[in-house]
Formats: sequence, C-alpha cells, structure tokens
Amino acid sequence: MTTDVTEQEDSMSTAVPTRAPHEEVPTGHQDQGRVGAGLFDPAQLVRSLPEAFRKLDPRVMVKSPVMFVVWIGSLLTTAFSFKDPGDRFGWTISAWLWLTVVFANLAEAVAEGRGKAQADTLRKAKTDTVARRLTGDREEQVPGTALRIGDLVVCEAGDVIPGDGDVVEGVASVDESAITGESAPVIRESGGDRSAVTGGTKVLSDRIVVRITTKPGETFIDRMIALVEGAARQKTPNEIALNILLASLTIAFLLAVATLPPFADYAGTHLTTVVLVALLVCLIPTTIGALLSAIGIAGMDRLVQRNVLAMSGRAVEAAGDVSTLLLDKTGTITLGNRQASEVVPVTGTAEAELADAAQLSSLADETPEGRSIVVLAKETYGLRERRQGELKGAEWIAFTAQTRMSGVDVDGRKIRKGAAGSVVAWVRERGGEVAQDASELTDRISEAGGTPLLVAVEDAEGARVLGVIHLKDVVKDGMRERFDELRRMGIKTVMITGDNPLTAKAIAEEAGVDDFLAEATPEDKMALIKREQAGGKLVAMTGDGTNDAPALAQADVGVAMNTGTSAAKEAGNMVDLDSNPTKLIEIVEIGKQLLITRGALTTFSIANDVAKYFAIIPALFAAVYPGLDRLNIMGLTSPDSAILSAVVFNALIIIALVPLSLRGVRYRPVSADRMLRRNLTIYGLGGLIAPFVGIKLIDLLISLIPGIG
Amino acid sequence: MGPVLAGVLQLLALITALALAHVPLGTYMARVYSCDRHWRVEKWIYKGIGADPDTQMRWPAYLRGVLAFSAVGVLFLYLLQRLQGHLPGSLGFRAIDPDQAFNTAASFVTNTNWQSYYGEQTMGHVVQTAGLAVQNFVSAAVGIAVAVALVRGFARSRTGELGNFWSDLVRGTVRILLPLALVAAIVLVACGAVQNFSGIHEVGQFMGGSQQWNGGAVASQEAIKELGTNGGGYFNANSAHPFENPTPFTNIFEIFLLLVIPLALTRTFGLMVGSVRQGYAILATMATIWVGFTALMMWTEFAHHGPALELAGGAYEGKEVRFGVGSSSIFAVATTLTSTGAVDSFHSSFTGLGGGITMLGMMLGEIAPGGTGSGLYGMLIMAVIAVFIAGLMVGRTPEYLGKKIGTREIKFAACYILITPALVVVLTAAAMALPTPGDSMTNSGAHGFSEILYAYTSASNNNGSAFAGLNADTQWFNSSLGVAMLLGRFLPMVFVLAMAGSLAEQRPVPATAGTLRTEKPLFTGLLVGAILIITGLTYFPALALGPLAEGLAS
Repeated sequence: MTTDVTEQEDSMSTAVPTRAPHEEVPTGHQDQGRVGAGLFDPAQLVRSLPEAFRKLDPRVMVKSPVMFVVWIGSLLTTAFSFKDPGDRFGWTISAWLWLTVVFANLAEAVAEGRGKAQADTLRKAKTDTVARRLTGDREEQVPGTALRIGDLVVCEAGDVIPGDGDVVEGVASVDESAITGESAPVIRESGGDRSAVTGGTKVLSDRIVVRITTKPGETFIDRMIALVEGAARQKTPNEIALNILLASLTIAFLLAVATLPPFADYAGTHLTTVVLVALLVCLIPTTIGALLSAIGIAGMDRLVQRNVLAMSGRAVEAAGDVSTLLLDKTGTITLGNRQASEVVPVTGTAEAELADAAQLSSLADETPEGRSIVVLAKETYGLRERRQGELKGAEWIAFTAQTRMSGVDVDGRKIRKGAAGSVVAWVRERGGEVAQDASELTDRISEAGGTPLLVAVEDAEGARVLGVIHLKDVVKDGMRERFDELRRMGIKTVMITGDNPLTAKAIAEEAGVDDFLAEATPEDKMALIKREQAGGKLVAMTGDGTNDAPALAQADVGVAMNTGTSAAKEAGNMVDLDSNPTKLIEIVEIGKQLLITRGALTTFSIANDVAKYFAIIPALFAAVYPGLDRLNIMGLTSPDSAILSAVVFNALIIIALVPLSLRGVRYRPVSADRMLRRNLTIYGLGGLIAPFVGIKLIDLLISLIPGIG
Repeated sequence: MGPVLAGVLQLLALITALALAHVPLGTYMARVYSCDRHWRVEKWIYKGIGADPDTQMRWPAYLRGVLAFSAVGVLFLYLLQRLQGHLPGSLGFRAIDPDQAFNTAASFVTNTNWQSYYGEQTMGHVVQTAGLAVQNFVSAAVGIAVAVALVRGFARSRTGELGNFWSDLVRGTVRILLPLALVAAIVLVACGAVQNFSGIHEVGQFMGGSQQWNGGAVASQEAIKELGTNGGGYFNANSAHPFENPTPFTNIFEIFLLLVIPLALTRTFGLMVGSVRQGYAILATMATIWVGFTALMMWTEFAHHGPALELAGGAYEGKEVRFGVGSSSIFAVATTLTSTGAVDSFHSSFTGLGGGITMLGMMLGEIAPGGTGSGLYGMLIMAVIAVFIAGLMVGRTPEYLGKKIGTREIKFAACYILITPALVVVLTAAAMALPTPGDSMTNSGAHGFSEILYAYTSASNNNGSAFAGLNADTQWFNSSLGVAMLLGRFLPMVFVLAMAGSLAEQRPVPATAGTLRTEKPLFTGLLVGAILIITGLTYFPALALGPLAEGLAS
C-alpha cells in the first residue's frame, strides 16, 4: 500500500478547514485549569448601589416573585411603622426588610456591572464609522448606520469595517482585537472559509470589497454589547422552572403565615403585621430568590471572560447537559501538523546515512512536516542543521504540491524525499530498484496510523530507496487526562477526522477518546449528531467552515470559531472569539457550574428555614404556651431580638453569598455521586447549621443595643 | 415480657411479614397492569359499562374517565343515602340529611372515609354493602390506576398514551382487591370478626341497663377497609370495636393489610420502569419515614410523664387494653401515614406529641407509604421535586428515570404540593375565624385547636381519621370537609395525570456517569429530608399552636 501524503491533505481539508494563523495561540485560561476564576471586588458593591436602588421600581421587582413579596412586605411594615412612629422594633424590621430587597438588587447589579465595562469598549469600536459605499463604480461616503443588507463597501488599510459582511473581492489583513482582544492580525479574503469580516474591526493592509450581510443595529458587535450587558438576557428554561417552584413555595408560606392570625387569636395572642411579614420573609426562599438572576448573569459573564459569546442562556444550560462531544482531530486533539518521529532504513542502509539524507532532502521543504524532519535529525541523530547556502553547488528542489517531493542535487548525488508513490516512480524512472522491505515498512507505518515518507538517492550505485520517515500526528499534552475527566463526568468524546479509519483508530487510541469518525464528511457529521440525539443525548461541537453550518445548527451546543465563516457563526449558538476548539470542554464545565450554583443555593436557602422556625415560633407564642420556649434551643435573648436576628441573618446571608453566586460553586470533574455528596454536605447540611450559628451571633450583638435586646 | 418489648417485637414481625409479602404482590400487580388479556368476567363488565378496554388514552381522556366515574359514584352514593328510608334491609334507619349525605358520599368516593355519623345507628345493610363497601373497592382501584398511569408516564417514551382507565380500574378491583379482600375477610372471620346480616339485638349490660347491637357484613368490609386504605368503620368505634378487630393478632393483621398494597406498589413501579432498584429507593424512603415515625410514637406514648401514666406503663387513655400501647402506636402511625384513617385507639387521647405525629404523618401528604396508589404518586411527585433541586447540584438540568424535569413538569409538581397545604390552612383558618364552628370543639386551648386542625388535615389528605371530640355533624363541617375531600383528591390527580402525559411524550435521556443516581441511599436520604423540610415545615406554625404547645407543656 502506498499512502499519498498530499492526497490525504486534500481530503482532510474538507473536513478540517483552514484556520487563520492565530488559531494555535494557546490561551492562558486552559493552563490555569478549572473554571471558577472571576475575581470579586468589594468595591463593585459600592459602585452598583445606585443601580440597586433604581431596581426598586415595582415594574422591575415583579420579575422576581420571591423578592416582590419581600418588597410588598417592606411597604406594609413601613406603612404600619408610620402608624405607630414610636415602635422602634417596627422601624428596625422595616429597615432590614428594605435592605433585604436592596441586597438582592445589588447582587444583580454587580453581576450586570461586570459586563458593562466590556460593553463600553465595544461601543467605542462601533461609533463613528464612515462607510465607503460602492454604487456601480461610484464610491460615496455614508454613515455606517445607513448601510443596508447587500450594500458593497470598500475598505482599505486604516479603515474600520463599517458592518458585518463577506469579502467579495481582494485579500487583507485585519486587526480584530476590538472583538477578540487578540492583537495578531488575521487574513480575510474573498471566497472560502475566511471571507467573513466583522464590523468594528480594522483593515491593516490592502483593499477589500465587503458585501454587508446584517442590518445596522443587529451586527455581531451590537449583539455582543447586548449580551455582555445582560440586556438581551432571557430567563433560561431551568431558571423558569426553578422560579415556578420558588413561587409555589412562596405561596405555601404566604398561606401558612396569612392564616396564622385566627389561630393566634384563639390562642390568646395578637400578631402584628410587622411580625407576620418578618416571619413570612424569613420563610420564603429569599436567598436563592435574591441571587437567582445574578447567578445566571454571572454564568454568561464567565463565558465572556473566556472570550466565548453565548447567543442564548439556553445554550449555556445545554452545555451542562452535554453527553457527547464532537472534537475535530486537527487543532483540538492533535497539534495542527504531523511530525517526523523516526527514520527506518531498508536492509543494507545505515540509519545514520538515512538520517543524513532525510535531513538534506528536507532542507528545501518549508512545510511543517519538512521542518519537523530537520528537527528530528538534529535532536535524535545529532545532525546539525545545514543552511542552504552552506553546500556549494547544491541545487535545491523545493516541495511542491505537483511533485510531492523535495530534495537536493549535490556532489553528484540526487536525494529525494516525499510521498511514497512519487518517490517510487522517481526511482523506477531512473532504472532503480525499490527494495522489497520498503513497501513492507510503509505498510506498517500506515497501519500504525502514521504517514510514511520515502527517502531515495541516485548516485554512482544507481537509484534506490534508502528508507522511510515516519510522520506522526502528535497528540497534545494532557489530552488523555482531559478525556478521562470527561468520562468521569459522563461525557463521551468522539474524534472527527478526515483520516482513513486505520490512522484515525491509532490516534483515537493514543489520545484516549471514546470513539472516532474517520473520513468524515459534513453529512457523516450531521448523521452522527442526529443519531446521538435520537438516543436522547445532547451533543456539542465546534466548527468554522460553511460546510459545518448545518451540523452546528443541529448540535445542542454549536460553538463557532470567530475565524469561521458568517454562515458558521450564524448557525452556532456560541462564538469563540479565540477560535480555540479545545475550549468546548471549558464551556461544558461552565454550564455545569452554573447549574450547580443554582442548585446549591436553592438547597441552602430551603435548609435555612429550619433554624428560622426555631428562632421565631417560640418568640411568637411562648408567652401564651410557655412549653414552646423549649424550641428556643438557641437561647435567644428576647422575642423581639429573636425575630430581628432572623431577619438580619436573612438579609446578610444574601450579601455574604454574592461572591459565591458570581464566582460559581467550585467545580471539579468527578462522578455525579461524589459531587452530590459533597454539595449536599456543604450546602444542605451547612444550610441547616449555619443559620443556627449566625442567628445566635446576631442575637448576641443585638442584645447589646438598648431598647431592642 | 414488658409492653415496650412486646411493641418492638410486634413491629419487627410486621416488618418481616411486609418484606415477605411485597415482593410477590408487587410482581403480581406489575403483571396485572402490563398484560394484554382480559378475563371473561372483565369482558362482561366492559360490555356492561360500554367501555373499550383496549384503546390507549392520553392524559385528558384518562382524567375524564377518573372524574366521570367518581362523579357518578358521588351521585349514586348520595341518592342511596337520601333514599335509605325507602330501601329494604335498612334496619329501619331513616334517610340521611343532605349535608351529611354529601359529606359521606364525597368521603367514600375520595377514599377518605371520614365519618360524621355513627355507623351502627345510621347506615343500614344496603347502604353499607351496596354503597360504602363498593366505593371501598373502586376508590382504591382509582387511586392505583392513577399511580399506574404516572408510572407508565415514566416508563413510556414518545407517546402521550397512559393506558386505559377502565381496564386499570376493573383489573385493580377484580384481580387485586377482590381476591386479596376475600382471603383477608376469611382470616378475620376465623379470628372472630362478625359477618352476618342480623337485625338489632337488645343486650343487657354488665352494670345494668341495656344496649343495642347490630351485626352486618363486618369482616368483609373490614378487609377492604384496610386493604384499600379506606378506613371507614362499620361501627363508630372503628377498629377498636371487637366485632371489627377482635384480637391482638387481627390488630397486627389489619395494620399489615393497610400497608401491604402501598408498599408493594413500589416494586410494581420498579418493575414497570425497568429498574427494581429504583423501586427499592422509593420503598426505602417510605420505610425510613414510617419506621422513624413509629419509633417516635412509641417513645412518646410509652415514656410519657405523669404519675398515672407511669403507673400504667404508658399513655393508656383511649387505647384498647387488648392491643396495648405498642400495637396502638403502630396502628396510629400506619393509619395516618397511609390514607386509611381507621383507628384502633383514639388519637385525641394520645399524648400531645403523639397526636402531633399522627397529624404530621397526614400533613406530609400521606406518602410513607400512603394510600393505595395515591401514596406512590405522591411520593413520586416529591421525588421529582427533590431531583429538581438536587439534580442541579450534579451540574445537569434535572432528570428522573431518564425523563427531563422541565418547566412543565415542575409546574404540575408545584401545583400538586400546593393544594393540600392550601386547603388545610385556609379552611382551618376559616373555621377558627368564623363564629360558629368553634362550638363543635369539646376541648379548649391547644387541644381544641388540634381537633379542628386535625379534621381539615384528615379531610384534605383523604385520611378520614378524626381527633375524636369534634362534633363534625354540622352543616359547616359536613360541607367544608366534603369540599376539602373532593378538592384534596381530584385536583392533585389532575396534575399527576398531566405530568404523566408530559413525561410519556419525552424521549428518554440515557444515564451516564454524570447522571444523578436516584437508586442510591444518598438520594433516599435526600428525599426524606426534602419531604420533611418542604412539606412538613409549611405546617410548623399551625402544629406549634396545637400538638406542640400541648406536648411541650408538661
């Protein structure tokens, strides 16, 4: 079997489209490991205070049913305090109830504030663009906002591209740092997968003509601004479901508290409105009610910090549920290019001789494969790299796609290296013999998933094959561990490659993926996604080419590379501005972290109720039923201080948990069992115990204040 | 042997018997609800009622069946009582008043069996056997049918079809309840329960004076009363009456009967969803709460302070000496944790905390193990809620048994858990706030409040037991409790069936290492916690003013 290198390259390029140069730039986040960064600065709280007060508007409050009940309660207690202005207890409770509402708004405001700075930067990129619109041959200056879909605009070096579109003419290097934060320029050219340009980016060289594809106000940068600001945020399905559950719990507690006065009257004690509202606010799940939207915004924000734009919160949630990851081999699992790993001589040739010939013949080969042969010769065989000028009278033959060979003619020797078929033909042309073991060697390398290159020489002894160079796909460091982690999280990884099944299998085994799809066409990819989805699985994938678009749209989480075509970006529900396909794994983790944080704080909030009952019930009724004082296991000073302590704790816990809700609960890729045990211990058991301690401490402080304690 | 030891041994014997019986019964029931063939007698019934047992129903059709059948049941039972004066075999009893007839009709059709009348002084043989006893069977069968429909919702995928209500109803009655009740009745007769159609006997009393007794088809009614978690006694004294429950053995046997179907249904559930272990997790949750409550009850009833009680070896007031404190405690917990409501002792006479335990048992929604069918579906709804909260903590949107718990499912579950607490607190508050209902209390103070709280808790949860002392035969109580029973039974069923329909349409999500394992002890613990905190805590203020105030006073 002879394996043709370039043919394989060509077939691969359909499934693994060309990427822009900066795609291989490693991102720092990945190396920092787990998600969970995102620092919290207490000064943000102060800065967001005005916004928190603005959110007291009932039209805003009504969106969160739990906090709306607190808001109404605060109004009620304040009104009753006005009726009885001497009631210090009533005023204090009212104040703390208002604080509870403000703290909840503050959490949301802080979460939103984090996106604001980024939005401002983006806005700057957007303003004041003047477009040079082409009408026929005539060029006119119009404001960027006046552009319509289908308009053609000219951009030359120094121009800011006025809107999203496709390059229809020319090639240019473009600075996209306004969007990606990546300063290295990228190439944009007409036709193919690198034709998309984004409004707000800057042309650095040359001239291109762009056909506008989006309306002003709906451009990528507009959507980005809306996303990072949280303006476009819609509640996600799970968030809606949780809101329903919280609302139903709130109604249950509302009924339980509202029906209490007749019971209490019968028992011989009168409950004031202030006390009833205090009890209600303590019982309804205010902690999660207050932090719910902040958690959602912060989750999106964590993606933004990693330069990923989720077009919908639904996609972030889906990311947590993903059970199948489709990963492109090249660039994601393996380094972009194959590398030489060894040279194997045929019988009768010394290894050193072969290595020397391999190096000489590769000096004129500027492809990454060629460079890797030179590096191998140096590192393994100690052959110093010779520059092309060093050898007098040498005639260099550069690698071309037509000859599929490179080499050198020097000192009467002709050395050639290249695809097996080409080299065999070259030797036979010169009347040489191809050694029997040469074809055995190439077959063996192919079977092992590698690519064989032959090295041949023609000298005084005639033309003959010297040996084989083994080109190998190099799996990125740490991928096997990553896939092991994913497996523990219950996620199956499927490697997508244009390679033949043999090669694909070998690499799949080396990388430790669960499955692979070889000789993948876009149709195969689509079929695979549909098959997985038919089994009830959620599928995530990355893609950048136009031919990826249908699959990106079909996948539950489709991450388009920012370098990709606008069709791909349109089809996916996320865009990775770094264009780093490995980031898919991080996206999954962020999705999971978002859900965990939501669940953990809900559990915490509900578990809190136990302690609050033990604080408030004896305070309310021990006077008429002294036996109930036995429930005062915290030994709180007085009924008033007990109720106040519970209310204060309820308010302070919101502020205390703001950093956690913004940062997210620490996520580690372990099995569901271990994760549940851990979170249940911290947030369930912790939620039971913490308020007992907290309320007692607050009561101790309050008892020092004269007039209340 | 001390009374405490005796109680513990009785409990252990009961657990052993249930452990042995639930496996074959659960397997048998799974087969009943999964098999394709109809018995000949069933075909006659289908022909008689004009139902096609082979059409698959979507949830609205299934619900229509449940509601129509029950509405006809209420109407029939109401008319039967109203016409009693004209019926033969009525022992000369007159027609029942409209409000009480409504209350009783609602009560027996909803599987509650709240009785605002004295059976032996009000209901003749015809009403007892043709009316009440029939509902004892079919109301239980309706409960199981709805539970099976929900289980099918979990088990089936990409269809909205939940089975056929008529077939489920008839099979539950013919293949499960009737044969079991027959065997149970024979055992009870053998142990001394009466079974006849005798008239009224005038009997001389030991202390002088005389008393009127009548017989009846008591043993057969007793069997289905327990087996179908109905609880409506032939006699007012219910299972404390020696004609209904003659010996300590029949007492334990009756407890066994009232627990066996709800517990065995967990196995039916496990088999039908294709994982017996999921069934065990639900069983373990039920058993944990049941055993825990029983232990607490025994503790409070045996260890109660006070010289008279200590001398007697426990809180004996209101308990039958032939059963003892231990066995009565087991009965009281079992009857309030199921929707039975039969009593062999008087819950009002239990210690303050003991009375609270019976109330809390009902307030949890009667899911440990709960009524026939209603216990299972109530528990599954709680499991859905627990999964929803805990499932998030493993980093996935929640799923249970391969079905996503999304917005629709949570909407139905949230409505379900809201109904009974709303009925209990709102109606209790109304009774407390209105001027007249309070006159029905026999006691004052916290105990008086408990009587009313207990009544609405019992009715809304379809239990049927009473905190003796409350005169419930008033227009207010007959009407409001009747409404509580109807709403407390059928509104939840609406949401259960709606959820079942929604689940059945879904495509199942395959389990991976990232899936929450709902068959593990950790989940069972979580579910117990969720039930106690989410449902139990709603009632804490009310409980504090009744049983807790009383129980903690001494």
